[in-house]
Amino acid sequence: MSESKIMQLHESLVKKEFSCRELTEKYIAAIEKDNSTLNAYVTVTPETALGTADKVDAKISAGEEISLLEGIPMTLKDNISTDGIRTTCCSKILEDYTPIYDATVWKILKAQNSVLLGKTNMDEFAMGSSCENSYFGGAKNPHNVGHVAGGSSGGVASAVGGNIAVYGLGSDTGGSIRQPASFCGIVGMKPTYGAVSRFGLIAYASSLDQIGPITTNVEDTAIVYDAISQYDPMDSTSQGRKGAAVCDTLKNDIKGMKIGIAREYLEGIREDVRIAVENAISVYQSLGAEIVYFNMPSLKYALPVYYIIACAEASSNLGRYDGIRYGFKAENYRDVNDMVKKTRSTGFGEEVKRRILLGTYVLSSGYYDAYYKKAQNLRGTIVQAFKKAFQACDVILAPTVPMTAFENGHAVSDPVETYLTDICTVPVNICGLPGVSVPCGFDAKGMPIGMQLIGDSFCEAKILNAAWQYEKTANQFRASDFGAKL
Amino acid sequence: MKYELVAGFETHVELSTNTKIFCSCTTAFGGEPNTHCCPICIGLPGTLPKLNKKVVEYAIRAGLATNCEIAEISKMDRKNYCYPDLPKAYQISQYDKPLCEHGYIALSNGRKIRILRIHIEEDAGKLVHRRGDTLVDYNRGGVPLIEIVTEPDFRSVDEAKEYVEKLQNIMRYIGVSDCKMQEGSMRCDVNISVRPEGSEKLGTRTEIKNMNSITFIAKAMEYEYSRQVDLIESGEKVIQETLRYDDVTNTTSGMRGKEDANDYRYFRDPDLVTITVPRSYVEEIKESLPELPEAKKERYVSELGLPESDAILLTKYRKVAEYYEKASEGTKNPKTAANFIIGQIFRSVETESEKEEFNVSVSAENLNELIMMLDSGKIKMNLAKSTLDKMLETGKKATELISESDMGGLDDSVLNDLCRQAVENNPKAVSDYIAGKEKAVKAMVGFVMKNSRGKADAALAEQKIIEIIKNA
Repeated sequence: MSESKIMQLHESLVKKEFSCRELTEKYIAAIEKDNSTLNAYVTVTPETALGTADKVDAKISAGEEISLLEGIPMTLKDNISTDGIRTTCCSKILEDYTPIYDATVWKILKAQNSVLLGKTNMDEFAMGSSCENSYFGGAKNPHNVGHVAGGSSGGVASAVGGNIAVYGLGSDTGGSIRQPASFCGIVGMKPTYGAVSRFGLIAYASSLDQIGPITTNVEDTAIVYDAISQYDPMDSTSQGRKGAAVCDTLKNDIKGMKIGIAREYLEGIREDVRIAVENAISVYQSLGAEIVYFNMPSLKYALPVYYIIACAEASSNLGRYDGIRYGFKAENYRDVNDMVKKTRSTGFGEEVKRRILLGTYVLSSGYYDAYYKKAQNLRGTIVQAFKKAFQACDVILAPTVPMTAFENGHAVSDPVETYLTDICTVPVNICGLPGVSVPCGFDAKGMPIGMQLIGDSFCEAKILNAAWQYEKTANQFRASDFGAKL
Repeated sequence: MKYELVAGFETHVELSTNTKIFCSCTTAFGGEPNTHCCPICIGLPGTLPKLNKKVVEYAIRAGLATNCEIAEISKMDRKNYCYPDLPKAYQISQYDKPLCEHGYIALSNGRKIRILRIHIEEDAGKLVHRRGDTLVDYNRGGVPLIEIVTEPDFRSVDEAKEYVEKLQNIMRYIGVSDCKMQEGSMRCDVNISVRPEGSEKLGTRTEIKNMNSITFIAKAMEYEYSRQVDLIESGEKVIQETLRYDDVTNTTSGMRGKEDANDYRYFRDPDLVTITVPRSYVEEIKESLPELPEAKKERYVSELGLPESDAILLTKYRKVAEYYEKASEGTKNPKTAANFIIGQIFRSVETESEKEEFNVSVSAENLNELIMMLDSGKIKMNLAKSTLDKMLETGKKATELISESDMGGLDDSVLNDLCRQAVENNPKAVSDYIAGKEKAVKAMVGFVMKNSRGKADAALAEQKIIEIIKNA
């Protein structure tokens, strides 16, 4: 039987083992039961979901063919615009904002009758690593609700890990797909910059943001990625997938594949995480892959480069939330400037304000050269380092996060320490490369550990191939106690 | 002491592309507020800009027409500032890699106004103040603009006026903008300073923003020149500031330093990719450019032999020049069509905008037909002129207005009779002529013309009348 949950459900639907309505109702019931604990969803859309389910059932009874994703209950991070369904970015400033157009990724999935269960929780404007910066409170880790689901796509990871969605789409600016996937013991991929359209994704940092799948297994990630990696004329930076569907080569042999290890990635990470990654290296050796070690000294600049560039772009991207056209507007103001000031002061959360201030500072005249320009130059240096690395190896293996999921409340108390935990995920965004996080073990408390496979631009097929082979040999996925029982 | 004026221009020209710079909304002027808008041009969260290629093409046209170098690699930047008419809180513009640089426009006094740069950017919306409320209309938001920046090369108000007029004409000629200042599709900011004549050092400058008429520009510059001279003369200092010109009081006043205090935090727009301009593309555009007014004027003088004053009038507006060229095609003398257009047709188009449109009731083809009839001797000049007046009035063709009997002039015996009658009926004119007043013959010619209803050949009639008098 296939490891792919999407394939299994698809076959069951086609064989009429259960109807799409029954499947959807199960998930809706599971959300009703578990969402108050997990806080994964901020908006639930049962009518939309059931409406779509009925359409799929009608097609099946009429004997029509359905696509793999048709009728599969799923979710979208709440920064992906959905026509007629509120899209809040989990910010007070967009609490009541309902888009009038669909993001391209949702347009694609909607056309395939994807069953949208609702919109999921996230750190406000995707800024955070614990999901606790959400205006609606953080999403909880399905393996232990005393821990966070991670961030910023914590809601999607919590929902998928807790099986109150089959899969979901998140966004990854500095690790926001891979880190929560790692924390929740599931799979999440940040595709190559430009592979998936950003049109309709509410921007945090435009040159780093990328939408990608979060699923329970590698094959599902491949299936969803193949569906959404289309060129979009609405996004100038869009290129679409290059080459064949990644599913075509997913299960290829990896004998002789060169797996690179940059020593810097293994420095300063928690012992149990390092051991889990080293065990994965052994698994790859047993599969006949060749392990190549090298140094990438420029990696130490990745974190400051990331925070300077991301904050700079955010300070510009978030300027539009001024209370004039849509969203929250403060009351009791003297004039337009006062209104904008009060709206932004009370509409944005602390972390968002911190990053807007940081970003404004690094772009200011007099500081631009010292920070932003320098960061851009270093960005180029890091890009070159990866280019060189990929001359020596096919994929790079690294931990996803230096530790496992934080306990609730920990991240909020020390923002700078939390920034440091992004060390392993940000280089991929800086260079626009694809990276997939795969579960590779558990810590002593039973919290999942994740490793990531990083590829050269548009080499999703390679990293997913390597990830699938690992999963097949040493599957570290554990179902949680939550969610729909099928 | 005498003071020299030093000025530079920043001119915003709205491009006449059909759609906006980053979305497919119409650029049409007016419209119910906020109806020419979409999620992209009102900057809804998640939307992305997509550069309209026509905008790049039009800007390159403008650059080539003003002798600029066209960049091979260009990019878009964000200019960040917060104002209600700017829905994204940044304007997408170009900072350090403009599309066009280092051009010039030549003035009639031989001086060249150097153009520093031309860049593309998006326009903002418009605030509408009504009954104590301020409303925003985003119809104009995202309309493509080019900003044309000159070096501080102006030394007089007349030069400034000529520059604006020339710029306007060039942009219209190449079809990139209608440059309607009253509708805001061309707006000028002027930087002004003064310095003692002979001095090389630039004085402190002020900037007068957003002027939308050549008259106001001239008045504002004159006012600002005197104000600065007065300040210096009285021992005070000119403060560097941004000014607004009030056309009612004819004065300038400060805009409370809002603009100068801004730090725009320019950075490359990550949503847009590098603009690469292949040389072959620039060549292609160069090929497609029409002959520009300056070159046309020179050709009219040197090749067609028109007086310079006529050439200027005929080349100022592209449609007039096209009309002239069609009307004079194949005619014997290029001056004939010029005279008809300037002498008669121009009377029906009084305003500048009417000349610009040049929607006259006589088509160029019909005028050409009339001139052909004149050239072939079928009709005489007098009849041609009066016919043209009728054509302008009725919109009819010359052939519809001139009957067969009108053509071919008069039978010789009829002309002889009329000349004889003219001499007999004008004894005073005859004696005046004999007494040496040669002009007196004109009265008798007039008699012939009147009684032949313009069909007679005036020159021939004059000859015959003189013969009759001499033979009497």
